[in-house]
Amino acid sequence: MGKLYDLLLDDIRFEEGMNACMNCGVCTAICPAAEFYNYDPRKIVDEVQSKDENKITELLKSETIWYCGECMSCKTRCPRGNAPGLIIMALRGLSQDLGYFVESEKGRQQLAVKRTVGDWILSTGYCVYLDGITIALHPEQGPVWEWVQDNKSDLLKRLGGNYKGDGPGILRKIPEETLEELRKIFEVTGGLDRYEKIEEFSKNKAKEMNLELTDGIESEYFKHIYTANNGTHTK
Amino acid sequence: MKLEGKKVIWSDYQKEIAEDKFFYVRSCIRQNFFPGSEVAFLRIMRDVLHKDVYEHPCHTTCSGIGYHGDVVPVETAMTVVARQFALMTEAGYSNYVPSCITSFGLYTEILDTWHHFPEIEEKVRKQLRKATGREFEKPENLAHASDVIYKFRKEIAAKAKYKLINKETGEPLRVVDHIGCHYSKMFPSKGVGGAEYPYVLSGMIEEWGGEVIDYPERRHCCGFGFRQYLVQANRGFSVACSREKFESMKPFKPDMIITNCPGCPMFLDRWQYVINEMEGKRYGQNGEGIPVFTYEEVAGLVLGYDPWDLGLQMHQTDCEPLLKKIGIEYSPEDKFNLEPIHEYSEVNNLISL
Repeated sequence: MGKLYDLLLDDIRFEEGMNACMNCGVCTAICPAAEFYNYDPRKIVDEVQSKDENKITELLKSETIWYCGECMSCKTRCPRGNAPGLIIMALRGLSQDLGYFVESEKGRQQLAVKRTVGDWILSTGYCVYLDGITIALHPEQGPVWEWVQDNKSDLLKRLGGNYKGDGPGILRKIPEETLEELRKIFEVTGGLDRYEKIEEFSKNKAKEMNLELTDGIESEYFKHIYTANNGTHTK
Repeated sequence: MKLEGKKVIWSDYQKEIAEDKFFYVRSCIRQNFFPGSEVAFLRIMRDVLHKDVYEHPCHTTCSGIGYHGDVVPVETAMTVVARQFALMTEAGYSNYVPSCITSFGLYTEILDTWHHFPEIEEKVRKQLRKATGREFEKPENLAHASDVIYKFRKEIAAKAKYKLINKETGEPLRVVDHIGCHYSKMFPSKGVGGAEYPYVLSGMIEEWGGEVIDYPERRHCCGFGFRQYLVQANRGFSVACSREKFESMKPFKPDMIITNCPGCPMFLDRWQYVINEMEGKRYGQNGEGIPVFTYEEVAGLVLGYDPWDLGLQMHQTDCEPLLKKIGIEYSPEDKFNLEPIHEYSEVNNLISL
């Protein structure tokens, strides 16, 4: 048994999601990502169950493991009770732990997810937060969102929210002691380690690519990974 | 009563939903994009159904979008969730009601994992103790907020001011339901109707006078895909998924879409705007878009709540054609009025009318 396969086995999602796959391809038939991307979950599961160290290494550095949308439609349909989506989650976790994610365009985007959603969790207590959902990052939100952003305090008050207020309610300020508990949970359970690894490997990659990377979301490398699409991912 | 025949088969598709004393946890996405929906849910639960619904001010995100964006490891997500359970336990509640399908899916997944691997639950208990000093009981009942509205759909219908009926023709409105992937695709037995016949929204539509449309891509993902939307370079995937659904539902001439998940209505609403900008294409009737609603908004409209109290002014795809079809009385000129019309109680964030 290969070393990488052992590492995957350490992930409970892998243990739950990977039984013997008979390669029927139902997962690929139902998969929204397989309709859009050059993506075939059946093939990935087959490569993983081969336990071939080289194939798994290749997967961990590949674009393909980042195409899944984790809708889990595959879990409903697999006649053998596999969940390719859970296997993908285990592969993505390992790819980040080993620093292989920076070897693909789609993998490098993990820094963008970390610096938006990941950092909002610890700084605000929310996965997504009004102040961060700017038109610059989200032009698809349309003119109504510009109006919402321009009037957010009054609008939230009008609708009965508690934006940045104390006590319960919509978009309330999460108390500092609560945020401290979240940070401790991340520290104790490996969440902060994951964040630090994403930052560290990304910094090295930015250097290698000769792109400036500073904190926040304004530097060259961030903008590059957030928007770059080399056009080879889709059918 | 002895169950026989079809009743035995259908019993697999039922789920237990608590009657009262709910511990409510909010949705990150719903609070940002559909705040009026959460206000409406509490108004309905407390003012109309007279239920005890408690919200702890110190609850947080479940971390689900970070988990499915793959930046939050599984044990971290489990421990964040365990902390939420601890708040429920400390407050003396045991019926847990999340306002989010991503959260509901995550809670379901975690409880299932703990069931199969008790040693992981034990490890999470230790980690939570170490990080926060808290202890927790698992919920006795886990129901998504829409499950609760589904359970009381008849009571809501009994107090309804409007029905999902076209005022001009007297015909039922043709309604598309979208239940969201993580409601029952992962754990079919945890959703009303399972993965094959999800009934949580259809039940509301039928009870409130509408007609449910079945169409080929009914169960297709809206296209959120977590990282596929969160990162700008990937959003082609997201809009393509929604587009596939619109193309598939268009021939059935839907009057409206009703959604379960907090994210799906935002995508189905915004991507209609984007597709129109990109291709000059609209999917509704008379050159309009198809209005998209949360289930709380629809329940609120049926009960006669003001559309602008429900937050329909935050939709990009215009909802007014549907309001007119039903014959709802409202003031178009108040749509963008930001004056604080109601007094909201500080404790409950409830309108004191």
